[in-house]
Amino acid sequence: MEIFQANNVVKEFVGHVALSSVSISVKEASVFGLLGPNGAGKTTLIRIINQITAPDSGELYFEGRPIRSEDIYQIGYLPEERGLYKKMKVGEQALYLAQLKGMSKKDALKNLKFWFQKFEIEAWWGKKVEELSKGMAQKVQFITTVIHQPKLLIFDEPFTGFDPINTNLIKNEILELKKNGTTIIFSTHNMSSVEEICDHIALINQSKKILDGQIDQVKEKFKTNTFEIQYRGDIPDLDSRLGANFKVLEHEVSDRMKQMKVQFLNGNSNNELLKILMNQFEIVSFKEVIPSMNDVFIHVVEQNNLEIQR
Amino acid sequence: MNKSILILKREYLTRVKKKSFIITTLLMPVFMAALMVLPTYLAMMDDKEERTIAVYDPTSLILDRLESNEFTKFHYIPEQEFQGLRKDFKSGKYYAVLYVPENILTTNRAEMISDKQITFDIKNLVTNRIENIIEGEKRKKVVDETGVPDLEKKLAATKTNIKLETIKLGEEGKAVKSSTEIAMAIGYVAGFLIYMFVFIYGTMVMRGVMEEKSNRIVEVIISSVKPFQLLFGKIVGIGLVGLTQITIWVILGITIATGMSTFIGGESSGSVAQAQSIMSSPGMEQMAASAPAKENITLEILNLIGNLNIPLIIFGLFFYFICGFILYASLQGAIGSAVDSDEDAQQMMLPVMMPLIFSIIILFAVAKNPEGSLAFWASMIPLTSPVIMVARIPFGVPAWQIILSMVIMLATILGTIWMAGKIYRTGILMYGKKVNLKEIVKWLFYKN
Repeated sequence: MEIFQANNVVKEFVGHVALSSVSISVKEASVFGLLGPNGAGKTTLIRIINQITAPDSGELYFEGRPIRSEDIYQIGYLPEERGLYKKMKVGEQALYLAQLKGMSKKDALKNLKFWFQKFEIEAWWGKKVEELSKGMAQKVQFITTVIHQPKLLIFDEPFTGFDPINTNLIKNEILELKKNGTTIIFSTHNMSSVEEICDHIALINQSKKILDGQIDQVKEKFKTNTFEIQYRGDIPDLDSRLGANFKVLEHEVSDRMKQMKVQFLNGNSNNELLKILMNQFEIVSFKEVIPSMNDVFIHVVEQNNLEIQR
Repeated sequence: MNKSILILKREYLTRVKKKSFIITTLLMPVFMAALMVLPTYLAMMDDKEERTIAVYDPTSLILDRLESNEFTKFHYIPEQEFQGLRKDFKSGKYYAVLYVPENILTTNRAEMISDKQITFDIKNLVTNRIENIIEGEKRKKVVDETGVPDLEKKLAATKTNIKLETIKLGEEGKAVKSSTEIAMAIGYVAGFLIYMFVFIYGTMVMRGVMEEKSNRIVEVIISSVKPFQLLFGKIVGIGLVGLTQITIWVILGITIATGMSTFIGGESSGSVAQAQSIMSSPGMEQMAASAPAKENITLEILNLIGNLNIPLIIFGLFFYFICGFILYASLQGAIGSAVDSDEDAQQMMLPVMMPLIFSIIILFAVAKNPEGSLAFWASMIPLTSPVIMVARIPFGVPAWQIILSMVIMLATILGTIWMAGKIYRTGILMYGKKVNLKEIVKWLFYKN
């Protein structure tokens, strides 16, 4: 079931289009990666989901029905540019933000206690925010985002400012939240973390959605039928043996390792290549090169920019 | 609405709990009181010093008629000693030497010699006494020369003090004793209070908005509440902080004033007695009545204040207090949302605060002529009316003018809040862009 859906959302600012007819649909209990270069319109879309701004046109659905203003209590939002009141005490502030999200004081205290214990930061409760380090403040912010147990969580670059240990901690929390049925919209430029935690992605470039789909399908779609082969032995006149159906992209020979990348040009099967090679030398490994999300991102965005220029 | 109350509570409590707030709120009245009491108190302390003044009087006019009192003693010295002191003042242990020249009756001059600056009080005391003696001497001479019987008494009877009572005809033609001075004082203080309050707390709203914007906490908050609720909660919360402070100041002020008046009252009855003893020379009898006269003045002031329309003054004060604050605070809130830096804020603030500063500049002119056209127009224009109208009310303002001014005020507030809300909503999410007025006007027409 879709927890959130946006159909043909358009948002224009004076003299500039932020979103032109963007549609996304986010499945329940999944992690949805919202990707795109800087200034593509991601933040505008996120603000629309949060009802901070309203779209010029287009429909928004939450849990299958048109979104209502109370639905913001079911959403938790950690913006990219985030902060806390510096002079306010950590506990007081977390309590205040939880109450703003519609929690009763009692429930808020109970949940805060749970999370503060989980992150082992009970000692910070009475401290002022200005006494915390950036990473510490980020932890508090993470807690205030999830405290009201929202059905939909939106994280905009959640890992900035965290050391690797804390990044891991937050990553695991996000995955655990997903396991417990929370849906997460995740916006980041860190493609390796996208591969690690996203199920589905949408890529926005210059106000338009240019790519959408399950992460493995997207990668499948952008693979170039290239195989990486490690081998032992020598092949004289390799190119002529491979013929017109295969093309060697890279060939690396070192003392330790011999390795090459071969692209299939005419949709031949793996076995045809193996047959040719097997007779000549011992194959150590043979695997298909799957593009990383980083490659996909760069490839798609550059392609799209070229098309727009034309 | 529920959320606005939550915001209001935070805005209120974080400010009221601040050490700086508690300290200024509690110490300000004490400080003000000290500022008023201390000079008086110190002056009294000074008076307790015992001083001996040597008097050399070749005319024998003053001789033995300068009576010593508790703190100031007069000691008569012969010419020889006087000459000695002139050469070496330190040889005598006198505070000063009074020299009454032979020709004092014609020149009206005497000399007081000392090696230090003679205090104001001593100078006054001596001048008064000699004046009285010489005046009496001259009068006696005239009386003697003219030979009219009982002339002195008759002359004394001609002494006149005119007290001009100003009477204001009320609506039903009933005469009400009014006091321009009291109306002016009340109006001036009220106008100034509003000016201070609006300025300080309006700026506080701006700072608060800027803090949230530069902290970047604002985006989290407006994903839970509407921007307008946030601005509304902030303005009302900070307004209540101001009202709390003013209320505490009023209560403390009254307490301190009461305490002070008993303290000073006790002390000054002594000084009145002293004054009486000084003045009890011939020709100054009427001054002996000064103590009861003082009581009468207090009574009369109370009476005159009672004649003012107190409920209207208080209502007007509160109305313009609240409205003026909301008006300026929403404008300042809008500015705070639009700017990124303090410098920009200063620059944008000036044109907005100008009318408020202007109203304090013309306040004195208005208090002098509360019926003039400057006063009228300034009390109609909502940006100046909070200060000007409260300053006018104690003088008595026609009901239609007050109502008109209040209606204009309320209408303006509604418009301003709407406008500020629009600017605020766009401004708080706008970073890194230097805004000007043209840009802000554009924001007014943005859809959500």
